[in-house]
Amino acid sequence: MTTTETRPVAEGDLRSVLASRNRPARPSALSASLTFGWRALLKIKHVPEQLFDVTVFPVLFLLMFTYLFGGALAGSTSEYLQWVLPGILVMTVVMITLYTGVALNTDITKGVFDRFKSLPVWRPAPLAGALLGDAVRYTLASTMVIVLGLVLGFRPENGAGGVLLAVVLLLVFCYSLSWLWTLLGLLLRTPNSVMGVSMMVMFPGTFLSNIFVDPQTMPGWLRAFVDVNPVSHLVTAIRGLMHGGVTTGQIVSVLMASAVMVLLFAPITMYLYRNRK
Amino acid sequence: MTATAGNLAIEASNLVKVFGATRAVNGVDLTVPSGGVYGFLGPNGAGKTTTIRMLATLLRPDGGHARVLGHDIVREADTVRGLVSLTGQFASVDEELTGLENLVLLGRLYGYSWAQAKRRTNDLLGAFGLADAADRLVKHYSGGMRRRLDIAASIVVTPELMFLDEPTTGLDPRSRNQVWDIVRALVAGGTTVLLTTQYLDEADQLADRMAVIDHGAIIVEGTPSELKAAVGSGTLHVRVHDPAQRDEAERLLIESLRVPVHREADPAALSARVADPARVAHALGELSHAGVDVSHFALGQPSLDEVFLALTGHPAETYGAGETAEESAA
Ligand SMILES: Nc1ncnc2c1ncn2[C@@H]1O[C@H](COP(=O)(O)OP(=O)(O)O)[C@@H](O)[C@H]1O
Ligand SMILES: [Mg+2]
Repeated sequence: MTTTETRPVAEGDLRSVLASRNRPARPSALSASLTFGWRALLKIKHVPEQLFDVTVFPVLFLLMFTYLFGGALAGSTSEYLQWVLPGILVMTVVMITLYTGVALNTDITKGVFDRFKSLPVWRPAPLAGALLGDAVRYTLASTMVIVLGLVLGFRPENGAGGVLLAVVLLLVFCYSLSWLWTLLGLLLRTPNSVMGVSMMVMFPGTFLSNIFVDPQTMPGWLRAFVDVNPVSHLVTAIRGLMHGGVTTGQIVSVLMASAVMVLLFAPITMYLYRNRK
Repeated sequence: MTATAGNLAIEASNLVKVFGATRAVNGVDLTVPSGGVYGFLGPNGAGKTTTIRMLATLLRPDGGHARVLGHDIVREADTVRGLVSLTGQFASVDEELTGLENLVLLGRLYGYSWAQAKRRTNDLLGAFGLADAADRLVKHYSGGMRRRLDIAASIVVTPELMFLDEPTTGLDPRSRNQVWDIVRALVAGGTTVLLTTQYLDEADQLADRMAVIDHGAIIVEGTPSELKAAVGSGTLHVRVHDPAQRDEAERLLIESLRVPVHREADPAALSARVADPARVAHALGELSHAGVDVSHFALGQPSLDEVFLALTGHPAETYGAGETAEESAA
């Protein structure tokens, strides 16, 4: 066994690397969170699919509904586009929130999470860093949908300011919702089951809403659900912010729904996070 | 006890961990001196991983106590965490990042500046023969490269005590040799290594002392040579050319080895556990002398199964393929 010359491990270098017994001081909570945020950005760079594979459906729906049913539903495709685009924006970004739970679960099943847990850093830093990455993903996806809309003829009456406020409200809602996926990410066994269960919540959550059509024409029992669905309230508020006519009540109801989600899911999530296994 | 605490890397008494109905670790006592390699040998499901996850503060014990480098693993978990590192059984590097990004990330999380983290990363990648692969995504790494990166990730800050959980399981012999080199370099640098393995051979190669664990409890502790002496040096497998000669071969082997000889399912094959390898040459000589034509023989290292059979009287229940040092006579 004379494999010494083909062994790529350089023993001399290894000894000198190991000789360094330098122990840097523990990083601050902010620095650790930002480092995890950097990791999330690197993932977007290396796996840009995570932005596209869930947005491709909303974009297809946008094109399909606008050109196939737009004329029938709203009189003209252009009028329908004004109506449906805010809803599609919500659908897209809400869909992307799924990845928060899937990514966390992937880290857990791959053992990366164990390594993070054994580091001398502020415990919630991985979650805080993931939030930074999420902000980037949500903003990129929003930009994509809005730009596509503008190209197709979307003309928000409240202009850029209205759109910006609408996106901010959307981000607040999505951050709050992502606690639910984080919870599932900690609870379920595999990334696929996280994806599956999230989709089971997400499909009725987005389709049984006022995204595509006015609930006026729906049967009473369905309308009852659509009317309490927080996604409907979010869509209404965002339409109002983009086209005018938003009421304080509409915004407050979105903020309330967000607060309820955080108050409900965040404590359980943090408990699971601290006490996993 | 306080007088010796400074020289002990690990002292655990009666550690217990229960998962539902499974007593994964059922009263483990362990004393590991500082410096050198300590081997932790056991079949799949014996409780190796659970034990070292408790010692590395990733799991809270349900019973018992342990001090690691003089610190209590429950009350002083943060201190322990700062002094040890664990390389898990399955590589825990981030597949969607490059090798370089993985290490820089950890460097930053340990508190290095960006510049220091980059320098440390480059040093590590160079030392582990990964400099060329620095900018490649880890998902494109081979198993051996991944394992090396994983170990490098555990020494971004050089630990005082390193847990290596089955670091060579599933690696090809060359990658396994590289991991062994790394372990030896770690020890030369002053780090204590606790290494779990399913191979007696590996413990024999690396460990100064070792413990054998089964069903969550330590069944024997000692130096690898002590263990090997207790177990015997391995099993002789003989295959005769003509099955008709097997009876005669069996008689001759019993005579010269003075141990029981087993008749294998293969009508031409025999096997025997031997205590003294020197007798094997003599026994083979006797066969040839008597005109028994041997088509194949092999002297296997004692497999984990044989270790268990010798130590506990029952075979290891789930048992991965053992290493066999084969010699063929044809
Ligand atoms: N998280 C867990 N939940 C339930 N059972 C577990 C868990 N981890 C390990 N076990 C069980 O505990 C026993 C010991 O497992 P482990 O420590 O992984 O053994 P080893 O590392 O020696 O193969 C096994 O029976 C295993 O199935
Ligand atoms: Mg294990």
